[in-house]
Amino acid sequence: MGLFKLLKEKFSKKPVEETSTYVEGMAKSRSNFASKLDELSKLYKEVNKEYFEKLEEILIEADVGVELSLKIIDEAFTESKSQGIKDPKTINELVVDKMFLGYATKGGNIHNEIDFVDNGPTVLLVAGVNGVGKTTTIAKLAHRYIKKGKKVMLCAADTFRAGAVEQLTVWATRLNCEIVVGKPESDPASVAFDGARKAKENHVDLLIVDTAGRLQNKVNLMNELAKICRVISKEIPNAPHDAFLVIDATTGQNGLSQAKQFLDCIKLTGIVITKMDGTSKGGIILAIRDMLGIPVRFIGLGERMEDLEEFDLDKYLYGLCLGDKYE
Amino acid sequence: MAFESLSERFQKIIKKVKGQTRLTESNMDEMLKEVRIALLEADVNFKVVKEFTESIKQKAIGEEVYLKLNPSQMVVKIVHDELTSLLGSDSSELIYQKNKPTVIMLVGLQGTGKTTSAGKLALLMKKKLNKKVLLAAGDVYRPAAIDQLKQIGSQIDVDVFSLGCDVSPVEIAEKAREKAFNEHYDVLILDTAGRLAIDEPLMKELNDITNDITPDETLLLVDAMSGQDAINVANAFNADLKISGIIMSKLDGDARGGSALSIKYLTGIPIKFAGVGEKLTDLDVFHPDRMADRILGMGDVMTLVEKVQEEIDEKEARKDAAKMMSGEFTLDDMVAQMKKVQKLGSLGGLMKLIPGMPSLTEEQKLVAEKEMKNLEVIVNSMTPEERRHPEILKNSRKVRIAKGSGKTNADINRVIKKYEQSKEMMKRMKQYQKSGKVPPGMGGMLPPGMGGMM
Repeated sequence: MGLFKLLKEKFSKKPVEETSTYVEGMAKSRSNFASKLDELSKLYKEVNKEYFEKLEEILIEADVGVELSLKIIDEAFTESKSQGIKDPKTINELVVDKMFLGYATKGGNIHNEIDFVDNGPTVLLVAGVNGVGKTTTIAKLAHRYIKKGKKVMLCAADTFRAGAVEQLTVWATRLNCEIVVGKPESDPASVAFDGARKAKENHVDLLIVDTAGRLQNKVNLMNELAKICRVISKEIPNAPHDAFLVIDATTGQNGLSQAKQFLDCIKLTGIVITKMDGTSKGGIILAIRDMLGIPVRFIGLGERMEDLEEFDLDKYLYGLCLGDKYE
Repeated sequence: MAFESLSERFQKIIKKVKGQTRLTESNMDEMLKEVRIALLEADVNFKVVKEFTESIKQKAIGEEVYLKLNPSQMVVKIVHDELTSLLGSDSSELIYQKNKPTVIMLVGLQGTGKTTSAGKLALLMKKKLNKKVLLAAGDVYRPAAIDQLKQIGSQIDVDVFSLGCDVSPVEIAEKAREKAFNEHYDVLILDTAGRLAIDEPLMKELNDITNDITPDETLLLVDAMSGQDAINVANAFNADLKISGIIMSKLDGDARGGSALSIKYLTGIPIKFAGVGEKLTDLDVFHPDRMADRILGMGDVMTLVEKVQEEIDEKEARKDAAKMMSGEFTLDDMVAQMKKVQKLGSLGGLMKLIPGMPSLTEEQKLVAEKEMKNLEVIVNSMTPEERRHPEILKNSRKVRIAKGSGKTNADINRVIKKYEQSKEMMKRMKQYQKSGKVPPGMGGMLPPGMGGMM
């Protein structure tokens, strides 16, 4: 039971402020999930098969994914039998433990902030399916690194969607940062190339490349994305240094397919999960980590440019699972 | 694997059952378990899944006698029937006002595709129903949302009403309605900003708009990729605004769209339209019964037939069929037929509609499409005489054609081979038709060249 207790202790000792953004932002997601876990444990004196079924439903309802939910519940069930655990609350803790451990041990060590290269611009590419909030996320990331004293440049390589370039331009004006745009319907790779060249010329610290939303099953569009990366790397070796996949918290099991196919196409280095201020729980990120090892780097909690937080597993699970009781 | 489609899963389940002569309690349970996982992976709400598997079990047990006779067919039928009734059986269309503008309001979460769908809807009404449409830009929050709608409007030549982003959406809606009335528009489509259903001020704003302009239709956008929470979102929007229909967006992705099905099942709100691509023509009226077929991997045969009829002049098709059946079939005919097939949409999209063809990968589809283009280029480099009588193509002619089309001799040979295969297929079809194996009329539907490509 170590981890979960540790987690609780860790947070009960910490000042409230540190977790407050998560707690506030995720208030809706949390109240559902946490209260459901809590309610369930009160309904049963001792755990039985039915209890585990209900537990599994709660996980599935949080979009954690069928495969992972089944795995977690199966393991918890086996352990409860072999260790003779009957108390529902202990089982709940065991389940949350497993979610925590599963995430923490899959894939490499997690470092959320962008690592800046020593010479020349660091390039971040932002990709994702349509409507997940790529452009808004870019504005938030730009804001974050401008505040840290970096010289940021945006590159509007979404030349397809009507109004996309204008949208990013509005943000660039608000952020007071440079932006590279191409002609409408021009080749996005050429815009990206221009961006890389200008970033070098202007001695920019961070170039963030916006790309058009694309569904992961569209082969042509995915090839186009790979081409954008290739072209950037011609101008700046090893770039893009980071490539983020933006995933909407409302996304269900398709999130796995998105992560897998974008990973097949470009070198993804992380996920930004957006719209976590709604009622969705974003549980798919656990499944993605479990299956593909891609870590979540940032989390979007609103529409303002300040509404972006570094992802923190402790805080995420704390916000999601523990609820009001530990505030 | 997690990425199998629902139809693939069902096909596997059905295969499992096929080998067994009768359905026992135990293999039934195993099958239902697969059904459950498949549906959950398709993002069907877990409550719906529970009821669904339960009712399948009930029905299957009731039909014991038939099951002994033919378990696999029975299972397909039961699952299909249940899915169909889960989806609702009829397609529900919009109701248009007779003497005043029909007012449609689009609402939904951020990024579900409201602005794009507003444009698609406008184009659909304009093109198919000859309506005079006014689009109104009511999203004053997202940067450049108004620009986006204006650009879409000019692409499809539909008027866009906007007051910039410093005016309240309520006022925009009122003024847009006034304009629509005064200038005798048939339809007003109001785009609104994306919002969370739990955002009280923004939900109140929609309420105020509703009270002011009383939309005839309030359509909720639901992303085909959305997960278990979609039902809560739909419930919240419906409680506040009385949603009259759903537009399911991004159905051209590989998401299975189970969430929208759950919404239909749990709230009774019909799914009216489906967004099936990035182009502004990519909006279809949603057919629930056909969707069930598609989920089951039976192919959307009806949609295919309809598409064929829409795009191809029927008379011409009949003439072609007669010509093909008579064995008179030239290279020109082959290219013409293939062009018709291309008119139906990309080959990939078409394949999905044909039953029994789920195995073609995206790569293969692209290769096939490329091959079709090559073929046209080569045939275009031939003389009319050569096209009519390909048998006269000897080496010197081939060299000339290869030069003219920028292809190699081998490419030319491939075309000739394909032509011969197609011709052979036509002959065989003719024999089948004589023996009654292929229903008459089917000849016009089956594009030659496809046989050689499979």
